[in-house]
Amino acid sequence: MGAGHMSEQLYGQLLDIAAGALLLTAVLILWRRELAAIITVFALQGIALAVLVGLIAVEEGSAELGLVAVGVLVLRAGVLPGLLRRALAGAGATRRETRPLVNVVSSLLAAAGLTLLAYAVSQPLVALDPAPAAHAVPVAMAVVLIGFFVLVTRRLALSQLVGFLLMDNGITAVGFLTTAGIGVVVELGISLDVLLVVLVLQILKTRIREAFGDTDIDDLRELHD
Amino acid sequence: MTTLLMLCPVLIPLVGAAVFAVVGWRPATVWVGAVSAVGVLGTAIGAAGTVTTGGPRTAVDGLLAVDALSAFMLIVIGAVATVATVATPAHLRAELDADRTDQRTCTQHSMLVQLFLAAMALAVLAGSLGVLWVAIEATTVVTAFLVGQRRGRGPVEAAWKYVIICSAGIALALLGTFLLNYAARHAPTPAGLDWAGLTAAAPDLDPGVTRIAVLLLFLGFGAKAGLAPLHAWLPDAHSQAPAPVSALMSGVLISVAFYSILRVKVIADAALGPDFARALLIVLSLASITLAASLLLAQKDYKRMLAYSSIENMGLLALGAAIGSPLAVAAVLLHILGHGLAKSVLFLSAGRVLQLTGSSRIDHVRGLAARDPVLTGCLGFGVLAIIAFPPFSLFASELGIATAGFDAAGSQTAGFAGSLGWATAAALILVLVIAAALVGHTSRMLLGAPTPDPAPSTADRRAAGGEPGSAGSSVAVVVAAPGPASRPRRRLGADSYALVAALVVCGVLGLTLGPLAPLLAQATTIVTGTAP
Repeated sequence: MGAGHMSEQLYGQLLDIAAGALLLTAVLILWRRELAAIITVFALQGIALAVLVGLIAVEEGSAELGLVAVGVLVLRAGVLPGLLRRALAGAGATRRETRPLVNVVSSLLAAAGLTLLAYAVSQPLVALDPAPAAHAVPVAMAVVLIGFFVLVTRRLALSQLVGFLLMDNGITAVGFLTTAGIGVVVELGISLDVLLVVLVLQILKTRIREAFGDTDIDDLRELHD
Repeated sequence: MTTLLMLCPVLIPLVGAAVFAVVGWRPATVWVGAVSAVGVLGTAIGAAGTVTTGGPRTAVDGLLAVDALSAFMLIVIGAVATVATVATPAHLRAELDADRTDQRTCTQHSMLVQLFLAAMALAVLAGSLGVLWVAIEATTVVTAFLVGQRRGRGPVEAAWKYVIICSAGIALALLGTFLLNYAARHAPTPAGLDWAGLTAAAPDLDPGVTRIAVLLLFLGFGAKAGLAPLHAWLPDAHSQAPAPVSALMSGVLISVAFYSILRVKVIADAALGPDFARALLIVLSLASITLAASLLLAQKDYKRMLAYSSIENMGLLALGAAIGSPLAVAAVLLHILGHGLAKSVLFLSAGRVLQLTGSSRIDHVRGLAARDPVLTGCLGFGVLAIIAFPPFSLFASELGIATAGFDAAGSQTAGFAGSLGWATAAALILVLVIAAALVGHTSRMLLGAPTPDPAPSTADRRAAGGEPGSAGSSVAVVVAAPGPASRPRRRLGADSYALVAALVVCGVLGLTLGPLAPLLAQATTIVTGTAP
């Protein structure tokens, strides 16, 4: 592994930049309230993730992983943001603001706390492998936690979806940083599943709108004990 | 030959789905679903025979593997699927007659149920944690449409909640899978995610990384199994889905998710010793049972009542897995089968009650015994089975779990095992509370005289039936059978026979395991990690 295609130091720095971009975009998503802006940031995060995978591919000299990087770029910077944009266009002008349960300042403080937590929890992961990739794992874990936070504190269906996808980006990053590919079948299955989940949620969203007009998930409060 | 036998449980439902996709739901294809389910059950029995005599097998480059544990789970899937699919035509027919669904939805329903069966069969036949994860996630995608199939706000809300919570939960499991893979690759002898490799490498896995991975996997698959704290989707999804789908989800899907926890537990025990998984499982178990008990006491909706009972039973399974002795594990496996049979009977009967009365509220249903004795029998004996009344197999399995819990507490005072006795005692008290609540609610529905009422017009019945699940105002309308024209059908259909047969099997299993005994014994050694 040490005899890579670029110097160990440069590789480590580039990885850190890509991982930093992942975390930065995650915090931006937490900060912004315009759904349109959030989707743009999400697409940028997809690019950062693809760059991260591409760097690992170059370091390992793996053409297969390079193809996967291209796939990540198409899916996460192209297809998924495109689907989200279509859903947003259908939602009408009244639904552009997110109304989080937690306000922006508290959210950003929470993000800082979650990042610290991610670093603390990831200590055994970093200790297991001296490679530069393993050192970027805590950042990806922080993205997972921030995604989970977005998922549980947002009320609009589309924002919840972005939270889920954010979490998934973080998990994918952890996957690539800890293992150079987990097997093509599993990779394919995971990508397919993410796409399917988004499609399912979009179909459900469309059905909600068709059936009840301009209703959103936060207005559906019928089922409870 | 073995490869074919292993592929069949996945391929048969796929063929069934293709038939429905091409031909649609018509008189000629009504029984295709049931034939496919019986096929799954048949190949499951075949696979069970092969592994009990010939040992575990793998196929398709290690992607699929079958051992006694997978074969046992396949039998559970096949058995519950047979009950649910035999009852499906009558259910769909009644929905069509009441104009609550259409031909297209019936086709979609039948096709998705077949895909659902294929995904579950793939999950238990998966040779590695990665394939298992993909299969479990596939069940979420397929069942989301089934949960949201009925018209109205409730089903769509339930489907949304289901997809969001289960996908987030299962995403945690994916993270756990990645981390376990990371640990396995850094073991002295690097391993992949396949069960055999992972189990062999388990003692040398890095404990720090494995701990995080196991926690994430338990939480993630626990969400799908309906274990607290990520259980919130279950009462909504199980109460809003069409009856045959509720039966399949409650009867097997959550058990298949629990099967994943058992597989992970084997690796966790070998890597970290038994106490880590035990502590996690006891927390999940007691949280689930307590939650179920508190929400069952004042429950107003009988489908939600059954859903909370499923959460309770998942909690019991987690308790048995936490105890982990051979007796406890054998009881857990038997409980999976018994619960699957009894709960599918209950959900199918509840679906029939909903069709008859148009309301899913407990206080809207009175004196069912006078109207439909067979349905009353299924519901009544089903509840007796689910509260572990002898001779039903749930009595034997709950007794086994309790005995094992007190045994473990008595024999090992050191370490965490000492608290097993307290946990078991607490769980038993809660189980009694739940049993009392279930019997109380159900007897109010079944017994007593139907309220007399002025014969309602057809329009009233349509109104009551059009929005099932909503708190309808027409209490009296839904209860009594008015004229001879709207009497419930007297002729016993295949669905009634399927329900009665399932209850009989559940009762017989409580008395003797018969040919299942060697399979159960072998499956137990796999979970306890004592397999040769």
